[in-house]
Amino acid sequence: MLKILDGRTIMPFSTACEADHGRMGGKCASLARMIAAGVNVPDGFAVTTEAYAAHLGSGELRNRIDGLIRSIDSDRVDDAEKKSAQIRDAIMAAAMPADIEADIRRAYRAIAGNDDLPVAVRSSATSEDMPDASFAGQQDTYLWIVGEDQVVERVKACWASLFNARAVAYRARIGLAQLDVQMAVGVQKMIDAAAAGVAMTLDPITGDRTRIVIDSAFGLGEPVVSGEITPDNFVVEKVLLEIVRRKIADKGHELVADRAARRTVARVIEASRRSLPSLSDAQVIAVARLAKSLEKSMGCPQDVEWAIDRDLPDGENVVILQSRPETVWSRKRPAATKSYAMGIEGVIGTLLAPLQVKP
Amino acid sequence: MTTHVRFPSPYQLKAPAGAEGWQRLYPYYLVFQDNLKEKEEKKFWFCDSQHWPSPFKPFDAVTVEFAVKCLGQYNTRHYLVPPANGVDYRIHNGYCYMSPVSVAPELIGGRVPQFMERAGYYFQNWDRLLVNWDKKVRANIADLEALNFEKLPEVVPLDWVTGGVGLDNTYGLMETYDRAIQLLYKTWQYHFEFLNLGYAAYLDFFGFLKGQFPGIPDQAIAKMVQGVDVDLFRPDDELKKLAKLAITLGVADAVKTGSLEQPLAAVAKAPGGQQWLDAWTAAQDPWFNFTSGNGFYSTDKYWSENPDIPLGYIRDYIVRLENGEEIDRPTARIAAERDRITSEYAELLDPEARAAFEGKLGLARTVFPYVENHNFYIEHWSMGVFWRKMRGLSRLLHDAGFWHNPNDMFYLNRQEVRDALFDYCNAWAVGVDAIGPDYWPAEIASRKTIMAALATQAPQPALNEPPTVITEPFTIMLWGITTESVGRWLNGTADKSQLTGMAASPGNVEGPARVIRSADDLGQIEQGDILVAPVTAPSWAPVFGKIKATVTDIGGMMSHAAIVCREYGLPAVTGTGNATSLIKTGQMLRVDGSTGEVTILS
Repeated sequence: MLKILDGRTIMPFSTACEADHGRMGGKCASLARMIAAGVNVPDGFAVTTEAYAAHLGSGELRNRIDGLIRSIDSDRVDDAEKKSAQIRDAIMAAAMPADIEADIRRAYRAIAGNDDLPVAVRSSATSEDMPDASFAGQQDTYLWIVGEDQVVERVKACWASLFNARAVAYRARIGLAQLDVQMAVGVQKMIDAAAAGVAMTLDPITGDRTRIVIDSAFGLGEPVVSGEITPDNFVVEKVLLEIVRRKIADKGHELVADRAARRTVARVIEASRRSLPSLSDAQVIAVARLAKSLEKSMGCPQDVEWAIDRDLPDGENVVILQSRPETVWSRKRPAATKSYAMGIEGVIGTLLAPLQVKP
Repeated sequence: MTTHVRFPSPYQLKAPAGAEGWQRLYPYYLVFQDNLKEKEEKKFWFCDSQHWPSPFKPFDAVTVEFAVKCLGQYNTRHYLVPPANGVDYRIHNGYCYMSPVSVAPELIGGRVPQFMERAGYYFQNWDRLLVNWDKKVRANIADLEALNFEKLPEVVPLDWVTGGVGLDNTYGLMETYDRAIQLLYKTWQYHFEFLNLGYAAYLDFFGFLKGQFPGIPDQAIAKMVQGVDVDLFRPDDELKKLAKLAITLGVADAVKTGSLEQPLAAVAKAPGGQQWLDAWTAAQDPWFNFTSGNGFYSTDKYWSENPDIPLGYIRDYIVRLENGEEIDRPTARIAAERDRITSEYAELLDPEARAAFEGKLGLARTVFPYVENHNFYIEHWSMGVFWRKMRGLSRLLHDAGFWHNPNDMFYLNRQEVRDALFDYCNAWAVGVDAIGPDYWPAEIASRKTIMAALATQAPQPALNEPPTVITEPFTIMLWGITTESVGRWLNGTADKSQLTGMAASPGNVEGPARVIRSADDLGQIEQGDILVAPVTAPSWAPVFGKIKATVTDIGGMMSHAAIVCREYGLPAVTGTGNATSLIKTGQMLRVDGSTGEVTILS
């Protein structure tokens, strides 16, 4: 069995350096990078790929998974579903190595200060979030997890989610060795969001890079990310940082924390509030400003998840939960190199072209 | 809702009651002739209430004649702009309607080489030719300034007789009038020497960026080329300097005393006062050749002849300075913002496009200072001198009994003025009474009734059937008239509390409306008002320190109003079509200068 070294299994976002990023998975590495760049990201830590590898071990659990994968009849969908469920059960049933479990508990207490801090536990796959192999959304996220026992349990659940039927099938299709895939897990302070959503630093419909398009709703951002609700939609001109379009949706539900029950709950929004904008204009601009600076520091168009922290004052309450490279337009290459008429020929071209300027 | 497809024909639009017979106020070629109905109804005409928001007095029609004719000559005869000839124009019910003339498609190709040679020469030698333009225009102004209309003497001077001159004093008087009109004509030829080309080059940069970034706001493109040290803002800057100097010299209270003569007298008595008066005098030439209108009307009030106007602004500035306010235009910030915007857009372009961007930006920035600056030299300075000279002539004929009020001459058209002048000269020579004093007062009274009746009716936004698509480049850039805006005029909006226009200057504010129809009402504006006007003039700049936003009926991205609002960092929505008729003073408005939307809140 692999010897677990101190600090190898747990990597706080705030102290990770570039050399550690490989072990943290894409999502956690990106959070660490943003924190290093001074972006307001909630604190947390990664349970590294080495912890996952240690849990899988080299003996009984690994052999059992290997056997189940080999036995999948790829022509039968229900068989893949059944076998992958069995793999996940096996991962959940196996006891976590004691030193790793102790490390996770210690790390949780370090950010929580006590045993009451709600956190989000999310998978952070190593091949996820890359522009050329989007695994996004294929692993699980657990919100409002409170207490170290729960955290340990959800870390395991994230590991298990690596073997959901879709992911297994996807890896089989592209020829990725199932047991070589590494998985880290992020544990991050939960933001009690007044509003949250996503921001794209280009127009996803047209690819127009002068636009920042923001989807936003009351409460936590997951229903926006997963497309369960129709969010408010704001379009911001990127250079001038001016709102150029607002579409306020009729928002039926919001996902909010139920502190007493230690969980999130979908709550009906009262009639007087459901058609109000989930963000003030100033907040829209603050979100856009942050997304724009992320695009600049990351060097390419970004797809950003953000939230307005209820517990922070206006002006410093926009937090970034995730930022990943935009994948659709960034992969497109211009069909051919364009040439442009210059000088007087350009002027003539403009005078001759039917000109339609929308005000 | 039914969709209207055409505007009324001018032949259906009767004169408002009391204005019947208005046609005789203007030359025959400026009115729609009955026997040309079929031809005229085939053309689409839009109202230029941007430059001519109220009915013309007969004499003032010279401005539309010379301006629009000279615009045309450069497209049609100097540079041969391939797809566009001039803009045809008519006056109907006192307002001016324009109809751009396109070139027949089969002739466009043949004009391209000529345009390249002729316009190309101007683009390549822009700066040198512009230095020459500046000299020509200043010389022209000096020539105008040198003109004088003097009362005819009792007899021809003796030395003219003994010198064998062989001419009388009427010869020079009539020549002076003809010369004034010719110098005005020259003024307007010069006005368009660079302007059409400047707009075309700007339009090329504009169209390129719209192609790269379909959603880029027009105002962002304008911000990349706009100048920081623009002559048009100098008059206002001079007032700010005078306000500061008054405080520095300790004469601020003196400047603030009483009406016009009193403050100047009070300053003169104060220690250090002479220094301020010297500065006040020095600033006047040329910067007080500045109108509170737009230069197109004889009624425009120029600062040089109405020093109470600049003095009032100086007093406002003094009060604001005493309250600790910053009054200077933030030129450093504007320059930094222009650089930031330019480089951020450049970064979003691929390498080939970026090279094209740099090239087109370079040309646009070469031509743009003219677009911004010419206005001071022509509409303000040259026109200011011209109107002053014409008022002199009007007073002369008033003194000779031709009309009851000193400025009544402007109820005659420019050919009739020549007739009246000859009448005066003729009577002097023959030794009889002139006919004019028995003819013009009644005619002028009748014309005043007509003018008053014309002013009761707002113009139609356009006449006849619009083209399906508006592609004429100058129509779009100068007048802000697009397929969309014409569609809005035709169908309006169902919701009368919502207006849409051009997003001319960014920002989003709420505040009370102040509807201002003429520069004479500017004094009504209070701190925090939203200015709603048919059109604004750059010389309204001093009130921009008080208002929160501007909404106009007419105007495009490059209209003077849009330029000034961007300069002053105020939200502006231009070209709404009918803001001044829909909005009442005191109503609460929300103005979004980024989307072009105006909402009446109460």
